[in-house]
Amino acid sequence: MRWRPVFKKEMRLYFGSPVAYVVFTFFLLISGWFFSQIFLFYSDASMRSFMQPQMGQNLNVVDNVMRPLFTNMSVVLLFFIPMLTMRLFAEEKKAGTMELLLTYPIRDGEVLAGKYLAALALYLILLALTLLYPGLVAYFTRVEWGPILTGYLGLVLTGAVFLAVGVLISSLTENQIVAGFGTFGVLIGFWVIGWGAEFAGGNLRGVLQYLSIGDHLDGFTRGLIDTKDLVYYVTGVALALFLTLRSLDSKRWKG
Amino acid sequence: MIQVDNLTKRYGPVEAIHDVSFRVDEGRIVGFLGPNGAGKSTTMKILACFMPASGGSARVAGYDVFSQSLEVRRRIGYLPENAPLYPELSVASYLDFVAEIKGVGRAARRGRVADVMDRCFVGDMQNRLIGKLSKGYRQRVGLAQALLGDPEVLILDEPTIGLDPRQIAEIRTLIRSLAGQHTVILSTHILPEVSMVCDGVIIINRGRIVAQGTESELVQQAFPSTRIELRVAGATDDVAGAVAAIPGVTGVQPIAARDGSVGVLVEAARERDVRPELVRLVAGKGWTLQEMHQVGMSLEEVFMRAVAGEQEPLEAVPAAEEAR
Repeated sequence: MRWRPVFKKEMRLYFGSPVAYVVFTFFLLISGWFFSQIFLFYSDASMRSFMQPQMGQNLNVVDNVMRPLFTNMSVVLLFFIPMLTMRLFAEEKKAGTMELLLTYPIRDGEVLAGKYLAALALYLILLALTLLYPGLVAYFTRVEWGPILTGYLGLVLTGAVFLAVGVLISSLTENQIVAGFGTFGVLIGFWVIGWGAEFAGGNLRGVLQYLSIGDHLDGFTRGLIDTKDLVYYVTGVALALFLTLRSLDSKRWKG
Repeated sequence: MIQVDNLTKRYGPVEAIHDVSFRVDEGRIVGFLGPNGAGKSTTMKILACFMPASGGSARVAGYDVFSQSLEVRRRIGYLPENAPLYPELSVASYLDFVAEIKGVGRAARRGRVADVMDRCFVGDMQNRLIGKLSKGYRQRVGLAQALLGDPEVLILDEPTIGLDPRQIAEIRTLIRSLAGQHTVILSTHILPEVSMVCDGVIIINRGRIVAQGTESELVQQAFPSTRIELRVAGATDDVAGAVAAIPGVTGVQPIAARDGSVGVLVEAARERDVRPELVRLVAGKGWTLQEMHQVGMSLEEVFMRAVAGEQEPLEAVPAAEEAR
């Protein structure tokens, strides 16, 4: 696989333009705000548990700080990831650079791999920056790292699906705004689809619940790695990337 | 090196090119000539493996552009219309990316990039962002990326558009210097460019090839006779009659008199240069020679005739088959 040239080019474009910095800055501001609020609430609750010891039974720091933080971050990612992926193919198509890219001696799969991995790398850097929060927690108190690591694994996998959906939708249009909103809409759709499970009966209930992106993160934040969830994420990424390849291929046919 | 047979491309109901066939031999530079919308870019996009044809076949460097696209793409350098580039990259980092994607090894890359920047005169802007460059520079960066990887075949869609006259001259010299080692097909609608740069010409109009060959072949086919405009002063007798008596002259038409001079348009068989005889006649009669030049033999006129459809296509083009 010769994915590296495209990967390097995409990284240069992310960091050569304000995109990476703007996304980093605002994601850290928002998640930092969440973290501080959750942490303040938690320390307040810890104080009160001195007076009423029976309240303190469930005051595990990972459960009470990191779990809500992970869930909150995954919601923020719904908004941020479309902005990372929307330009990947749409911009090249609009600018005409796609024509050159597709006539270089490189396979479609290699172009896709380069672009997807670049977006994924940017996302991993973003997540790595948020390690500051568990770091701060660990500075003040003793933490169990196990559930924190699985929580991060869950975020990595969730993001990987989001990114793959974003890449797919970007390959379908030459308008970046359409790509961004389209991705956002699809992701929100998969997020809220699980809510329908409550009123659905029989098999449909299970299907809706399984399709819901958010539900699969829950186990990871509790320190649980379930094959069912892994399969969900891996098939999600594979399906979206496969469809992207078909979409790129159809360009060659339609012209 | 490039072999195109009965190529047809339809965009929905619109036929962009119809039954296009031509070949370009190794080491030759061929100009693809036609008015806007004639199908030049479409043909080039197909040759560059960017899109498939609706019918017919094309082989570049011995490989089929559709079924062996990757092999073809390893051997071509392509400059699309308007040179689409990444505005956020610097010239050097963009060319480095292209070199890498074309498989130039890490060790050789720096040198190759520096080399094409030199050849295309963009070295002085190598650290500038492409988005900040003038059209002329962008066009030359586009040409530089096509040259990277030393491809056997170059497909250049309007390589000199947007350049100033000096840059045009430099780029023409550059393209001319590629002859021999590279096979080049370039499109243009600047006619003198073809005369200066190309070994052969293909004229396309409304999706069909209307003429192809070398420039002199086309001129000869289009104008079986030469035309000479002669203007003399001091003639009291019948100039036209005297000229018509010269062997080889096939026709004489008077043209408007000016300042007491007499003008005639002389038509003569191409094989026979009647100019020495004309000069002798003028001298013998004691007239003053004011002007004598050949007219209407340029590629431009060939082109105008071919494109306007004033006459039958210069080469027998098979009668249009209606949509199958």
